[in-house]
Amino acid sequence: MSAFRVEVRVMPRAALLDPQGQAVEHALHALGFGEVAQVRMGKHLVLEVKAATRDEALARARAMCDRLLANPVTEDYDVVVGGGAAR
Amino acid sequence: MKRVAVIVFPGSNCDADALAAARDAGSDAYFVWHRDTTLQGADVVVLPGGFSYGDYLRSGAIARFAPVMTAVAEHARAGGSVLGICNGFQILCEAGLLPGGLMRNARLRFLSCPAWVRVEQPDTPFTCLYERGEVLEIPIAHGDGRYVVDARTAAELEATGRVVWRYVRDNPNGSTNDIAGVTNTGHNVVGIMPHPERRNAPALGGQDGARVFLSMEARHATQHAVDVRARDGRHLRV
Repeated sequence: MSAFRVEVRVMPRAALLDPQGQAVEHALHALGFGEVAQVRMGKHLVLEVKAATRDEALARARAMCDRLLANPVTEDYDVVVGGGAAR
Repeated sequence: MKRVAVIVFPGSNCDADALAAARDAGSDAYFVWHRDTTLQGADVVVLPGGFSYGDYLRSGAIARFAPVMTAVAEHARAGGSVLGICNGFQILCEAGLLPGGLMRNARLRFLSCPAWVRVEQPDTPFTCLYERGEVLEIPIAHGDGRYVVDARTAAELEATGRVVWRYVRDNPNGSTNDIAGVTNTGHNVVGIMPHPERRNAPALGGQDGARVFLSMEARHATQHAVDVRARDGRHLRV
């Protein structure tokens, strides 16, 4: 068993209005960062998952996303599994 | 008299108002704690407004896994009536008992103000005493009230008469098709973003929301026929 560091990124669906991203974009423009566009805002979760293999950690993390961490109606997610430290 | 279970989650804050509104309508209403696993013979379940589990992760995302929700889902699947108000609506969407989801208001601000909705579907346990097309003034109090649903589901909701209330005059939160409340295919599970329990008596500034609760009694009446009539602008049970 190893403990894998798993990072989950949850973003509002691309087709949906993201008012928080828009507000941040407006604030950046107001500060003079005129080159910024298409700001979108989501969530970043960091988990430690115990698993035998990287693939197993990935599969479990995806199951967590499908059940709880992301709402399939309004959000998309992706999962990155970092290195496992042997225990 | 119908038995109405008002579910209490940690962070519910409209539970007492919902209970009082149901009692005012003549129901035998009582609280059920979120850790309970039985609804104690409920005819109707109400999921009240508030901020269950602090709205952490997403509004309703954690509440939907509360122990009591297994019994609520069974009740709904058996055709039992379920009303979700505000946070309760969010929980029903997260639980998959209603389609769609609720996201941050388009104008970001938390809104606590009157809103106007039109009754689009009187054929539900919570709207049967309204006329189709009636416009009601009912307060809203939400930060995550923007109902979103994909285009195909939205079209299906419209085509099958499952939009129950729709905002008129102004859409406060940017919801798809101005939707303020929807129902499931069986019409027994209903979600509404505004708060009818805050508008059920003249002392509260109006009683446009009272018939949501009176409808429960009328719809389920078997032994006690309930006749609701408007007299002098007040809705009375006679």
